[in-house]
Amino acid sequence: MKHLPVKNAPATGSCASGCSRRQFASIASAAAAGFLLTGCGPRRLREMPKERLRQALDEMEREYAAKRGMAVTVADTPPMPDVLFAYALDLSRCIGCRRCVYACVEENNQSRDPQLHWIRVLQMEKEKGVDFRHADPYYNPAKVPEEGHFYVPVACQQCRNPPCVKTCPTGATWMEPDGIVVIDYDWCIGCRCCMAACPYGARHFNWAEPSIPAGELNPATHYLGNRPRPKGVVEKCTFCIQRVRKGRYPACVEVCPVGARKFGNLLDKDSEIRYIIENKRVLVLKQELNTLPKFFYFYAT
Amino acid sequence: MSFVRRFMRFVHGSVRLVLQGNRLYWAWIAVLLAMIGSGVYAYLEQLGTGLALTSMRDPVSWGFYIGNFTFLVGVAAAAVVLVIPAYVYDWKPIREIVIIGELLAVSAIVMCMLFVMVDIGRPDRFWHLIPPWGHLNLPSSILAWDSVVLNAYLVVNFVVVTHILYRAFCRRHYEKRLVVPLVLLSIPMAVGIHTVTAFLYNGLAARPYWNSSILAPQFLASAFCSGPAILLVVLQLLRRFTRFEIQDQAIWKIAELMAYAMFLNLFLHGVEAFKEYYSDTEHLLYTQYWFQGLGQHRTLVPYAWTAVALNLLAFVLFILPAARRNPLALNLGCLATYSGCYIEKGMGLIIPGFTPDTLGEIYRYAPSITELRVAAGVFAVGFLVFTLMLRVAVPISLGEFQDEERPELKARAPAIA
Amino acid sequence: MTRLALVGLLLVALGALALDEAPKSSTAPPPPARAGAGEEHPEVPPPPFSEGIFPCSGCHAELKLNRTRRVLTEMHDDITLRHDEQHRWCLDCHDATDRDWLHLASGERVPFEESYRLCGQCHGEKLRDWRAGVHGRRTGDWNGHKRYLLCAHCHNPHTPRFQALEPKPAPLPPRRPGSEP
Repeated sequence: MKHLPVKNAPATGSCASGCSRRQFASIASAAAAGFLLTGCGPRRLREMPKERLRQALDEMEREYAAKRGMAVTVADTPPMPDVLFAYALDLSRCIGCRRCVYACVEENNQSRDPQLHWIRVLQMEKEKGVDFRHADPYYNPAKVPEEGHFYVPVACQQCRNPPCVKTCPTGATWMEPDGIVVIDYDWCIGCRCCMAACPYGARHFNWAEPSIPAGELNPATHYLGNRPRPKGVVEKCTFCIQRVRKGRYPACVEVCPVGARKFGNLLDKDSEIRYIIENKRVLVLKQELNTLPKFFYFYAT
Repeated sequence: MSFVRRFMRFVHGSVRLVLQGNRLYWAWIAVLLAMIGSGVYAYLEQLGTGLALTSMRDPVSWGFYIGNFTFLVGVAAAAVVLVIPAYVYDWKPIREIVIIGELLAVSAIVMCMLFVMVDIGRPDRFWHLIPPWGHLNLPSSILAWDSVVLNAYLVVNFVVVTHILYRAFCRRHYEKRLVVPLVLLSIPMAVGIHTVTAFLYNGLAARPYWNSSILAPQFLASAFCSGPAILLVVLQLLRRFTRFEIQDQAIWKIAELMAYAMFLNLFLHGVEAFKEYYSDTEHLLYTQYWFQGLGQHRTLVPYAWTAVALNLLAFVLFILPAARRNPLALNLGCLATYSGCYIEKGMGLIIPGFTPDTLGEIYRYAPSITELRVAAGVFAVGFLVFTLMLRVAVPISLGEFQDEERPELKARAPAIA
Repeated sequence: MTRLALVGLLLVALGALALDEAPKSSTAPPPPARAGAGEEHPEVPPPPFSEGIFPCSGCHAELKLNRTRRVLTEMHDDITLRHDEQHRWCLDCHDATDRDWLHLASGERVPFEESYRLCGQCHGEKLRDWRAGVHGRRTGDWNGHKRYLLCAHCHNPHTPRFQALEPKPAPLPPRRPGSEP
């Protein structure tokens, strides 16, 4: 092809600068394309190979440390084999004291301002039974339980057929092999389809930059759980993934003063959960929606 | 390289065209630019602080932006109201003006995409939706499907419109083998985009107000009356301000089709209301919130009945041939149908779907100033895109804006239709 | 002979040391690899005695035994009994002859550290549930050593009904931007 004169080419006639400009542009664009296409750029955490994931989490730890001025660990504890987590809540025991709500807030680094709670305790009337239309989360008497009322705490039900996972356009939320439905906070685009899809109001959005007062940050985090979240993404209960994958109970289970909360491995026939299913009568919320929650409610009395 | 030069001439010519205009034109452009400026400023504030500047909160997590998005997908789909008579029935009066409908479709899709962009929490991560860098959760995510079909519809309409216009500019006929299949394809695609958008709501078992099979047909019905309402106004404006010839018959036929669409819209709303009120389950709550209010929560009730009144008025005005042919009644009908459908598809769809929320909470949503400014900015972008495209398309259609360089083709008149 | 006796004593002492059950907390068996069905004698923290009240024999060893059912006036009058008080009184649970122990209906003595066996006589389902880890506050490891509490740690044995608590603050209702709280 005939070499067209390049505008602004040096008068010497050699196209040294022109060629090098073209060369640079083509190399740069090829590099960028290669970077993007070969996946060296940002990817879903779910797809990252183990070493790259660990590198990404180390990078996160450095960022958090720089931002918060304290050491933060971001664990990548994998799921245990032959484990499917389940939860059971004793409706005959809950007195609505909300200690679970705030234990969760502290353990899982939820934003204090704007306020974000993963657990919502609903006060219901004994005469009406479980009736969401007349539920009240804003009760504030001097003492609980209030006469004639009972309490139903609601958080993520960790469904086996989760509508939120089905509806997420980017695949930023999925169910892990141990049954916990998790969110990749770095992949979520904040479209809030999952929030519309969740029948339990369990998913919460960071409408503004989350803030945790200095000294209240829990530095022991998991990358799919309680690490500090950015603005504009969705978050929810993860069964305290940072605790349960190490064999511990979730924070809400441990703090409950009346022992209304139970947790365990559905696949272990000797677990508390299987004992409850066998000996108590369990039910799930909004059963007709076929979400198959792993959060059971029962009456131990 | 001559095609590059010709394209540059087209660009130069178009730029010259859009910069020419009378005082009214410049006033219109100025208003649009001011709204865009205000919208950009408000959006930057929203980017900085977060979506907390909107009135959306956890109980009502979609609001004004998504309501507008839904309405505008309908407007984009409404191009089919022109395309079917023009290409399937080859009806000349509409064949001459179908391009206006396609331009409206392009502008509407642009607005739809902008509304999604301003609504998501992390617009910097928009590319997460674009494979291969991103990941589309197909086949299960309806929003993933929606992004595919909306982009495809935009591409199809854009290709058809730009091909026809550019060929006309070049004094050549458009390539029938390209245009006709694409145009015929755009018919099921138009139905498809609005059906998929309806599925976005329809598929959510958590929201009984939306979880109804009737939603997709009802969306299409309201789209086919509200979209052409804009078209009718634009066509009358074009008739008034340009030499573009639009036959009365075309306008009357469109109005007649809108009447049938509005009937279907009213019928489908009616049967939905029957089902809710007669079955009288807890699912009635949402419809009740819309039409009657719940307890002291009556914010939306005036809007509900205003929308019903406007839609009924529009139906009467369009079904009576005498009213259709009366310019005042026609335009009143256009305004009524646009406003009525806008209310019932925006506030009447989104907010009652979330109120009460899944755990029974009632949050009083009303768009914030930020939302209104950003939404106005997005509408202004759409109107500006539409105006600028028309500013170039109309002269091309009239043969006034053509390439000069091929004298051997000067004699041949360009054919748009 | 003396050397033999000494060696014998040493052997006995060593044997005793080997066989002696060390306190459960320091040489407990390693936790199970997965959650167990429950334990017969779970390890529990010390019973929640009031300050200085134990050992009860400190006073009761010298006091005359009075088996008459009555309301106490001279001591322990701060205890209100609201636990089937129509039919039972102190000595139905506390051992009459040695106050450092409780006793079952059969007369068998149980230490305060195993008071759950006493409660379980009437509250059998609760005892079964408690052993399985289903009744009572749950701390520890779901995949290992569960930590148990005694019934008395949460339920005052004299007035076992759970006291009402002050609730933590209600959540803030969502507000539109610019609207007053």
